Amino acid sequence: MRALLFLDTENESTGISSLAKAVSFALAFSFLCLLAMAAFASLEYDWNWSAVYRYKTKFIDGWLVTIQVSSVSLVVACLIGGLSALAARSPFLPLRYLSKIYIEGTRGTPLLVQILLIFYVFADAAHLDNRYVVGVLVLSLFSGAYVSEIFRAGIESVGSSQLLSAKAIGFTPYQTFRYIVFPQALRRSLPALAGQFANLIKDSSLLSIIAIGEFTLNAQEVNTSTLSTFESFFPLAVGYLILTLPIFYLSRHLEKRLAFDL
Amino acid sequence: MKLSLESITKTYGAHRALKGLDLKLESSRCLTLIGPSGGGKSTTLRLIAGLEKASGGSIQVNNKPVPQTEEELRRYRKSIGVVFQSYNLFPHFDALTNIALPLEKVHGVSREESRDRAQSLLSQFKLATHGRKKPSELSGGQNQRVAIARSLAHNPDLILFDEPTSALDPEMSAQILDVIEELIQSGKDCVIVTHQMGFAKRASDYAAFISRGKVEESGKSLELFDNPQCPELAQFLERELKY
Repeated sequence: MRALLFLDTENESTGISSLAKAVSFALAFSFLCLLAMAAFASLEYDWNWSAVYRYKTKFIDGWLVTIQVSSVSLVVACLIGGLSALAARSPFLPLRYLSKIYIEGTRGTPLLVQILLIFYVFADAAHLDNRYVVGVLVLSLFSGAYVSEIFRAGIESVGSSQLLSAKAIGFTPYQTFRYIVFPQALRRSLPALAGQFANLIKDSSLLSIIAIGEFTLNAQEVNTSTLSTFESFFPLAVGYLILTLPIFYLSRHLEKRLAFDL
Repeated sequence: MKLSLESITKTYGAHRALKGLDLKLESSRCLTLIGPSGGGKSTTLRLIAGLEKASGGSIQVNNKPVPQTEEELRRYRKSIGVVFQSYNLFPHFDALTNIALPLEKVHGVSREESRDRAQSLLSQFKLATHGRKKPSELSGGQNQRVAIARSLAHNPDLILFDEPTSALDPEMSAQILDVIEELIQSGKDCVIVTHQMGFAKRASDYAAFISRGKVEESGKSLELFDNPQCPELAQFLERELKY
């Protein structure tokens, strides 16, 4: 019994058995479920899943839009982040400050404000009518600032001895970046990048306020039609978890692999 | 090699690493730089390698001044091989690629020939079966041999070693020193910064004692080691040989 619930501190090298893991996880999970059930029971809530079930395609459609918007945003965010990380190291100083202002400005303000500002002011001024394009753009700009910092940390993590060695070999600055710095920086950035992707997926829910038909907006609409609030939002949470949990797992896996490689 | 360093100074901010260092060699196969840590040996080596620019003075290698502009320095560095204390191999490439990539990208050798040459160098250093392994999968001694192979691949005029055995245990150090000695015997010119006094005495024909940013004494290594003139060198050698 004890072996199933406690870590063997005297014999740490043996690790945790899978049975102990399963039992402990089940315990923790059931405890949280009980807590939730007790809370709902005190609410005396009338569950009505059938009303919500009729809208299942709406959930699936929204879920797919969320995946699409997040994926495209991730790619664009990587481009923006990469350019911004390079700009931050540019010998042309105004470019450095441009990157700095962008990063600090973006990280220091709420996404909600950015969405509203860009959608109602900049997109309007630029006659960008497609709200999906604007949505992807806002999300990419927002995430790009974080990606830029991830890349910057990755680039800076490549040691000076590597640069010295590349210099001694006779690599040009471009070759040094292309063959030595970039591959190492990218590999070291991957775990954090995966984590950022999970954040991006969750952040995309805010796009609902400019009426982009993604997962959250669709769930809100189901709620409005059925008046079954919890039945509408519960699948929402599960839908996000289905996306984010594997990504967190991937991120941790990448981190471990990195620890072995370097 | 013919080497001439004339009143070299090098400052890092407020720190003066070299304070008017002079050294002249008419013809030497292997020069060792010895001296206490922080005395300026490695800085001198880096200046000869063209990895850093001197703050003052002039350096000539084989009657040619070490260039000043970055572009010319890059060309100059291509004619030299450098081996570092901590190998400085590229961790994301396997051993073969570590040797072949510079050949291909810097020296314009074709991809196939670069890899062939790298493979034969690996064989020469008894690493023939390790070509596909990354530095993290090789021992320190093996990594240092890969690094030496890399510095030799483009057939440089001069090879510089910056404390090549300081990160290795005695067994591996001995292996590396044997490799370096073979190189010297095969006719490669080299400059070595080392704390291995026995090796310096046996393998090099010239030695310079660098301390406090200056060459305090230099000469044929046999004479320098057996009959040191300045008291500081005598004391240094005594301490180095004590253990």
